Amino acid sequence: MSNLELSTSEAPARDPADRPRAARFRHLPDGLGLVLPLVLAILWEVLVRQGLVSGRLLPPPSRIAATLVELAQGGELLRHMLATSARVFTGFALGVLAGTMLGALGGYSTLTRRLVDPTLQGLRAVPSIAWVPLFILWFGIFEASKVALIAVGVFFPVYLGIMGAILGIDRKIVEVGRVFRLPPFGLVRRILLPAILPSFVLALRGGLGLGWMFVVAAEFMGASEGLGYLLVDGQQLGKPDQIVAAILLFAVLGKITDGLVSALFAPLLRWQDVYAGGR
Amino acid sequence: MLEIRNLGKTYPNGAHALGGIDLTVQQGEIVALVGGSGCGKSTLLRLISGLDQASHGTVEVEGEVIRDPHPLVGIVFQEPRLLPWLSVADNVAFGLAALPPAARQAKVAEALERVGLGRYGAKWPRELSGGQSQRVALARALVTEPHVLLLDEPFSALDAFTRADLQDHLITLWERYRPTLVLVTHDIEEALVLATRIVIMQPNPGRIARSFEVALPRPRQRHSEAFDAEKRRILKALNATLAEPPAREDGLIQGAGI
Repeated sequence: MSNLELSTSEAPARDPADRPRAARFRHLPDGLGLVLPLVLAILWEVLVRQGLVSGRLLPPPSRIAATLVELAQGGELLRHMLATSARVFTGFALGVLAGTMLGALGGYSTLTRRLVDPTLQGLRAVPSIAWVPLFILWFGIFEASKVALIAVGVFFPVYLGIMGAILGIDRKIVEVGRVFRLPPFGLVRRILLPAILPSFVLALRGGLGLGWMFVVAAEFMGASEGLGYLLVDGQQLGKPDQIVAAILLFAVLGKITDGLVSALFAPLLRWQDVYAGGR
Repeated sequence: MLEIRNLGKTYPNGAHALGGIDLTVQQGEIVALVGGSGCGKSTLLRLISGLDQASHGTVEVEGEVIRDPHPLVGIVFQEPRLLPWLSVADNVAFGLAALPPAARQAKVAEALERVGLGRYGAKWPRELSGGQSQRVALARALVTEPHVLLLDEPFSALDAFTRADLQDHLITLWERYRPTLVLVTHDIEEALVLATRIVIMQPNPGRIARSFEVALPRPRQRHSEAFDAEKRRILKALNATLAEPPAREDGLIQGAGI
């Protein structure tokens, strides 16, 4: 991304007087979003301890924490997290690669779009889980079929996002490139890429979200490790604490990776004139 | 020198946007193209810029035939068209990629200084007002030192005060470099404040109806008697071209901005 032409010079912050509404809430603490889950967790803990509810099917936070600690101590937890993350990462990389290339081609060349897009739209209409049996036949029950399923899930939002972004680029901005006689590659690098970058980041985040969704489906297909395996295992052995623990870990990992993608591109997107939330 | 010979444009749908236009503009002239809507003013400008291709005829600048965008020809559009992901300075530097960084920075700083935005280089386009944005667009077009600068209703989206300010600014810049300016406008007063020559165009197909030298001394006073007399003269001619077929019963000038 380093040869993208983007200003990274530090622009002075906006005059605070421009944004009186946002300013009113500027001093809200960052951790505000934690209040609601914490209150609910404490409430549940108290209810279970007081014996008002059994907590058998929805264990209290202390039991879930204990399960997590237990799993972590054996190094098992790390192994499961790494296995799942590796699958998501590989499938995501493949899906992004294919989605970007086909999306860019489809956006850039009308011929390719007319030729390929209807087929891809047809394939998109297939619920991705429907591929599972076929992928198992094709790729076996081990890693390849899981990664393929995740890649399919990631592919479509990236493909659609990139193609839509290219087709939506303002003709007037492209004309500026023509006025300054940019060669085709220069036009791509200096106008088209920066113009689609915000949509690209959104597409990546959407794709990543689907990647985490599909890894669960993939691991349900039969896995000996991974967070999805913990879910299946927890169900079969009647361990709701393990299921909830795995769910929480999905939430944490999903949030962290989404944050990473956002943070990675944030310096390149500071130019955006965004609403950034009102009152 | 800008030489336009028998220039015509017919769109694929058969619309005659422009008949055969002949126009010679000396270096340093300011030509204002005025006329009702559909008279081909903007089409003519886009053909001179090389952004669109003529159906017949030629455009030459300093003896070079213009078929595609050319370094001798710059253009400022109705909208600033700044690239939102580049700082103001990088926007101005956009056409200077071939220069070494130090020379580029010096030129950009000078160009921004000249449009009165010397301290705005690090800002984002979103932080500028409409008038400031258009001044940056002007700096971006002028920094490459084109011999001909085309302006397509460049100030029409601005409020009256900002518009007058930018007109004065443009004249100051013009007096320094003496580029040839070709300006499309709906605003007769704007044409009278800026132009050395006013060319009235009329539609079906787009062609030149009349041409006036503007003899008013500079700096031009917007509300002097001579100015008003000149304005009446132009309006009368413009009305006459609009009254020709198809005749208008109300005798009003469409889009004349008065």
